[in-house]
Parts: sequence; structure tokens; C-alpha cells
Amino acid sequence: MTTAANTVAQKKGFGATLWDWLTTVDHKKIGILYLIGGGFFFVLGGIEALMIRLQLLVPNNDFVSAGFFNELITMHGTTMIFLAAMPLLFGFMNAIVPLQIGARDVAFPFINSLGFWMFFFGGLFLNLSWFIDAAPDAGWTSYASLSIASTGHGIDFYAIGLQIAGAGTLMAGINFLVTIINMRAPGMTYMRMPLFTWTTFVASALILFAFPPLTVGLFFLTFDRMFGGNFFHVDGGGNTIIWEHIFWIFGHPEVYILVLPSFGIFSEIFSIFSRKRLFGYSAMVFATVLIGFLGFMVWAHHMFTVGLGPTANAIFAVATMAIAVPTGVKIFNWLLTMWGGSIRITTPMLYALGFIPSFVMGGVTGVQQGAAPLDYQLHDSYFIVAHFHYVIVGGVVLAILAATHLYWPKMFGTMLSEKLGKVTFWFFFIGFHMTFFLQHFLGLMGMPRRVWTYNKDQGWDLFNAISSVGALLMAIGVIVLVINIIMTTAKNERVGNDPWEDGRTLEWAIPSPPPFYNFPQTPLVRGLDTFWIEKKEGNKRGYIAAEPISDIHMPNGSFIPFVMTLGLFIAGFGAMFRLEHSWGLPVLIGGLVLTFLAMATRSIKDDLGFYVTKDEIIRTEKEILRSERGSN
Amino acid sequence: MMKGLKKWRFPAMLAALALVLSGCGEEYLSALRPSGEVGQEQFNLLILTSLIMLLVILVVVVIYVAALVKFRRSRLGEDHMPDDVEGSHKLEFIWTAIPILLLLIIAIPTVYYTYKLGDVSAMEKTDDDGNPEHLVVDVTAKLYWWEFEYPEYGIVTAQELVVPTGEKVFFNLKAADVKHSFWIPAIGGKMDTNVDNLNKFYLVFDKESKDLKDGVFYGKCAELCGPSHALMDFKVKTMNRDDFDGWVAAMKETEGQMPDKDSADAGEAAFAQSCIGCHATSGVGASGAAGPNMATFGDRNRVAGYLDHDKENIVNWIQDPQKYKPGNLMPAFDSLSDEDLDAIADYLLGLKVEE
Repeated sequence: MTTAANTVAQKKGFGATLWDWLTTVDHKKIGILYLIGGGFFFVLGGIEALMIRLQLLVPNNDFVSAGFFNELITMHGTTMIFLAAMPLLFGFMNAIVPLQIGARDVAFPFINSLGFWMFFFGGLFLNLSWFIDAAPDAGWTSYASLSIASTGHGIDFYAIGLQIAGAGTLMAGINFLVTIINMRAPGMTYMRMPLFTWTTFVASALILFAFPPLTVGLFFLTFDRMFGGNFFHVDGGGNTIIWEHIFWIFGHPEVYILVLPSFGIFSEIFSIFSRKRLFGYSAMVFATVLIGFLGFMVWAHHMFTVGLGPTANAIFAVATMAIAVPTGVKIFNWLLTMWGGSIRITTPMLYALGFIPSFVMGGVTGVQQGAAPLDYQLHDSYFIVAHFHYVIVGGVVLAILAATHLYWPKMFGTMLSEKLGKVTFWFFFIGFHMTFFLQHFLGLMGMPRRVWTYNKDQGWDLFNAISSVGALLMAIGVIVLVINIIMTTAKNERVGNDPWEDGRTLEWAIPSPPPFYNFPQTPLVRGLDTFWIEKKEGNKRGYIAAEPISDIHMPNGSFIPFVMTLGLFIAGFGAMFRLEHSWGLPVLIGGLVLTFLAMATRSIKDDLGFYVTKDEIIRTEKEILRSERGSN
Repeated sequence: MMKGLKKWRFPAMLAALALVLSGCGEEYLSALRPSGEVGQEQFNLLILTSLIMLLVILVVVVIYVAALVKFRRSRLGEDHMPDDVEGSHKLEFIWTAIPILLLLIIAIPTVYYTYKLGDVSAMEKTDDDGNPEHLVVDVTAKLYWWEFEYPEYGIVTAQELVVPTGEKVFFNLKAADVKHSFWIPAIGGKMDTNVDNLNKFYLVFDKESKDLKDGVFYGKCAELCGPSHALMDFKVKTMNRDDFDGWVAAMKETEGQMPDKDSADAGEAAFAQSCIGCHATSGVGASGAAGPNMATFGDRNRVAGYLDHDKENIVNWIQDPQKYKPGNLMPAFDSLSDEDLDAIADYLLGLKVEE
């Protein structure tokens, strides 16, 4: 703990530290909060996955009941997508993107904090369903006929919990868009932005267009279940296929919201650890934008068996295949980035190397499923389970694990153990392929997905057993990672600005972790891979300043986002129990009033932020320099 | 890349891959061992796409391994500074164009078969006497069982679909409660049974099921429909047209077959007392029953679609259906005496239309 900001934090008592985290609007701290929240839900979703695989280890197993199994699969999917993968990526976006573009914070620090708390309270709300009533049990897709028929409050938890978390995501997306458009340092043109920033930018645009449909769909579901609506009740003139469309108009872009930032992370890694500029940068940017665009044109390939008719199926089949082209461009550009480079196999690079074959595998099976007539066989079988885990685990989770190692020193100022990192990788990577490769064949051999158990003598026993053992290996990998984090934190060996030695972008030009104002002077960007250019020209400082040192304007922390979200959280319970308990309606109104009061306070009370004075900046910078010399 | 392949090699590779894959899974259940035209066409598409995709994987792996071997820092030295290459328009053009060509090879049969498999216009066709030219089966999916009505013959059955081989059989699919999906993997792909509308498609059954291990093909529900989704199996009996006509005639003969409350057969009497309200014993009728039709129960292969077809399971089921299929709609008949249960089971096993 060497920076000034942290020294101050260390002097505080527990209460003050807690208050600091509850009210922080610093993008770096919010990034850490996202990692903690997302990490917690990742472990939770992982435990659910292990229970699923334990149940399917042998035929006719009764380790869990049929109803509970459906709750497990629903919560596993929902948790992993909404509460683990996305927040973890947001964590890295928050921590890194402002640094990459040379900014001091995001455009709307207050909204950044609000977005985090909404994700966290939404996730909490959803998971409280385990203890109150029952967890949702209609699958993460929550198809309308089943979700309307589902008894108990499980689906209500799903609808309200995701509504709160989803609103947070939408805010985060808008915030990143504005940040990247408006807050770039001088000289940081669009075509000089690092790929992680580019992919964050495109993913945020996808969030902007994909989340409103989800919001609408969830409101329909909420109205139908809690307020007597008729959107999906066929008897009342509703239509359940509408839910499928709305869900997938959100759901398919969601895949790209997850996978594009992952592509960005891997682009950084390939370039850093091949000691070479990303091959075909402009093609990579174009491919990213194209994938984002096409991502909105293909949702009905999730619905080939719904009976949309041959014309719709054919159009969506061909559109789906088209996505393979820009994705292929990316794969080959990564390979050519390595080609002619100087490849150093660190833990992040190991993940990137594991990602290529895994993701290619997920990509090609995606094309197969895009062939509509073939999909009639593959749809809703274990083949699709294998496919999307190859994409999400082989793409997104590997990227998150890679980024954890890559950016840990930047975020916490200390390196995770490379040795343990590699142990984690091998357990996770082997376990992953063991779990999911054979599931392709299970699907082709007639095993439907989402089955609670299966009779023996259907030829599925061996592959299921192998698959379950693989899941255990993945769990061991994650446990080793947790041990790694604990040991690294305990040792706390400090590192300098550029711990990987081959950093290319601006975040590696400043201390690890950076002071709370990031850059004492806004940097001037002269090209792609700014830091690399300066390093090659012998600029010891790592970047050229675009301004003299002067007072820096920073936002104040605020407790209002927490209160605002708490109100919605409370109102959610009121809405849910309104019909069966007399306290329901008052709680619903009370919660909303609390939120509106918090909003009013925010609007009425001026908060002009504060200035970090020139003297303080100079003092802090000197202190950082001194401690770095000390540790080296 | 394709130039390197001699003309004969591609079909040979297709055949080889087909042979390897067909070793996978059970004949009565696996999509890799298709027993019908639709399944075969889908299987061919699987092989075609798999080969093209294997080719792509091969190219990626070759570049990947070569790069890893040639350009390791441990080989090149710690101080080696590679040239920063911006890109290559030529290479980028190649890896944009070739995938487009490969995808076109997949897209053409995809579009062709999408229309072919989606063509149900023959369903309405009739011959000169006004009889339908093709067999049409109305499928209703319910929590957690399947009802099969043959509108042309005025007969209905449940849990076991009986169809003739060697001809197109058309299906009208719908769900009575929540969405399900109708899938016979060894015969062809699935189609959803929606609550909103009627879906139509066809399948062709090439092989008679009597030589299979259980004498039936396995059918599955492929859409999550509640706790017992995993147990919502059905079976398919396929037979040549003559045998099928015989089966239809036998089904028609069950017209008016009603259990008698005063029967000397204790099972029949008990059934008439407790079960007939939901379960018909005549195969003549239409879909829409509260419980599965029992006219062919003795011919069936499973109790409740998945349990071994014996007396013990019948008795267990009647006593506590929720234990075996949680969430199904049949109430428990735990007040029946053991003798009555035994007798009902015997009576049910005697309900047959096949020899």
C-alpha cells in the first residue's frame, strides 16, 4: 500500500473504510467492487454447476429432486450470465478502460456507482429466493408458458431481480459509451484506441440496444404474474412466442456483450506477450463493429424449431453463418500477431493460447447449429449445452481468468503467482474440455438438455460420468486461484508501472495501482500503443503530458446510489407479496418513496466535487517515486 | 485449400466420418444412426458441415502450432525485438474470402433442406374418393404425456405412437398446457408443440421397430416443461403398411369397449369405479382426454413412458404418481386395497389390440 490515497485509507478504522467503499465513485474502486461481487456470484454459480453434474454423474440418480434440479439449472444460467460474467467484465472495464484512454474517471462517476449497487442488490434479491419461498425454475430463458404456469414466487424473484440488475447494466453501458466518446485524452483518436477499449465501446452500444427489450419483457412478465396482465396468457389473448422473440432479441446480443470484451482482453494479451503490434488492427476494429451489428440480426436462430416457417428459418440461418466471417478474421489476426513475434508464455498468454482452440470449437459448432435443418436435431439437446459452454467458458471465462492475472498487478499493485496461475489453467482447461467435449455427442445420441435424470441403457452413462469428473477438475482450478489470491495478498510484493515489461498501452505507463486521479497531467497520445511508442523513443516517464500540472477537479463520494437501490430492493418484496400479505402494498410504496427521495436529494443538493491542488499532486507523485525506488 | 483434395477424396472422407459417427449411440435413440429420410438428410448435413469445419480447425491448428514452435521467446532470445507489422491486405482478403466460400457450400443445402423439410402442402391432398393421401397424426403434448390422434381413422392412442414405414407421415403438433417439443432423434429433428398455434411437419420411418432392442424407437420431450420434463418420454412403433392397417382395424374394433362396474373381473370393476373418468379403454375417439387412453396398454413398452412395464410399477404408479413423475396431474389412489390395485394392473395388462 504505497500510494497516497491508500495510505490515507490505511489510517482509517474499519467503519471509515467500509463507508469509503459504500460511497466510492472512483472507477478503480468500483472495478474492485464488481470483481468482488461478480467473483462471489461466480463461485455460487459454480457450486450450482457442481450439484448439477453430481446429479447427472450416474443414471437414475436422486441426489437432488426434480423440482430442485430445475431451480439449480435456472439459477446457474442466470447467475453466471447476469451476475458473474457481465459484472466481472465490468470490473475490468471499469478498472482499465479509463486508464487506456488517458481519463481521470468515467463520464458519470455517480451513475457508475449506482450501476454497481443495482447489479449487486438485483443479484442479492434473486438469490434470496433460495431462502424465501423457492428459486425460479423455468430455465434462464424463462419461456412464457412455463414461467406463467410456475407456482410459488420463484419467477417473481427472477423478473424483479433481473429488472434491478438489468437497469444497472444499462446504466453502466451508457456510462462507458459516453466515457469513451468524450473522455479520450488529446490525440487518442478512435483508430488509436486499444482493442479492449474498442470492444468495450461496441459492447456498450449493444447493451444500449439489447437491454431495453429485456426490460420490457421482464415488465410484461411482472405484470402477468403480479398485476393481472395478459401479455402471455393465451386464454386472455396473449401470446407466448412474443416472449421468445423479446428474450432472444436481448439474449443473442447478450452473447456478444460478453464475448466482445473478452476478444478485447485477448487482443491485448496476444500483442503484449508476442511483443508485437496487433496484426490487422483496423480489420479487428471493423470485425468488432460488424459482429456487433450482425449480433442483432440473428436472434431467431434460437427459435428454428418454434415453427416460424421455412423463409424465416432460411434467412436467419444464412445471417447466422455470416457472423462466422468477421469472427474468423479475428482468429487469423490473432494467429498472425503471434507469427513473427516473440512469444512469452505467461499465465495470461497461456489462457489466450487455450482460448484459440476452445473458441474455434465453439464457433464451428455454432455454424453447424446455424444450419437450420441440422439444428432441428441439435436444438435443445446436449449439443447446444456443449456449444454455448465452449463459447462462454472457452471464450468469456478464459478471458476473465486471463484478465485476472493480467490486470491484477495494475489493480492491486502485486502479481498473482505465475506458478499457481499455470496450475489453475491446466486444471481448468483440461476439466473444461473433459466436461463439455463429450456433451456434443450426448446431444447427438439423443439426450435432451435440462433433464433432471436419465434412464440407464440409453448409451449415455459413460460420457455423463466423464463429464461430471471434468467439472470437478474445473472446481479444483478455481480453488487454486482463490488460494493464489489469498497468498498473493498476504505476501503483497509491490510491483512497478509495467510489471509484464512489454506493456503497450497507457495503463502500463502509470503506477500500480494508479493514484486516485490516475494521471497527474493528461497524456498526449501520438499513435496506437502509446506507451510502446514512448518506451521505444526512450521516454522514461512513459507518456508525454498534454498540460502543465494544475489543480484537478474530482467528484465527491456519495451514499445516495446505495439508498436509491435499497429502495428498489425493498419495493421488489412489496410488489411480490402484495396480493397475499397486507404489508405488501405499503412496502412497495415505501420502497419507491425511498428511491424517489434519494433521487430528489441528488437533484436538489448541488455537489460540485472538489479540487486536488497542485501541491498535493506534486507531493503524491514524489511519494510514489520514493516508494518505487525503495521497493526496487 | 480445397484444390489439394482430389475429387474422390471428399466423398471418401464423408463416408469415413459417417462410419465413425454411426458407431455412436443406440440405434433406437441416436441421431447419428438415422432410420428415416428426414434424419438421414440432417445427418448428411452434419457430416458435410463437420468436414468443412474440421478443415477450418486444421488450418487454424497448423498456423497456431507453427507460430508457437517458431516464435517462442525462449528460442529467439530475451532481447529479440520483432518488427511491428501493421497487417496485410492480401492475407486479410484471403481469410475473408475463403470462409465466405466455405459458408456458401453450407448455405446452399441448408436453404434447400429448410424449404424441403418445411413443405407440408401434401398434408391437405386427397385422392379421387376424397380420402387423404397421407397419414396425418395429431399430437397433443400434456404434462407429462403424449396423445396421438389419427383423425382419418377416428382413433386415438397415448404414449406409443404407431406409424407405417416407408411413407411420409405428417404431424399436427400442439401443447395442451405448457410448451413441449416433439423429438424422435433416430427418425428426425424436433419441432415444438406450442400453446399458441398448430405446428406441422413430416417424418419418414424407414425401419420396422420390431427388430430393435425394445421393439420401439425412443421419443423425447425436448423443451423444459416442469419438474418431470426429463421423464416425458414416449415410444414409437413402426411397422409395414399392412401391419399398420391391421393395427388400425384392431383399434377400430375397440369401439364402445367399456369396463363394467359389475364385471366378474375384479380389476375391470375397480377400473370402472375409479379410473374410467379420465382413462378411456376404447381406442375410438379424439384427442382431449384428461388422462392417457388405455386401449393399447397391454401392448406398451413402459409404464408412464419410462418405467419397466410390469405389475409392480403399475401398482406403485397408481398409489403415488407424484413420486414417479412430480408435477403430473393424476391424483394418488392410495385408498385402493392391494387386491384392487393388483386386479387393476392385471386388467390393464390385458388391454391389447396386437396379438
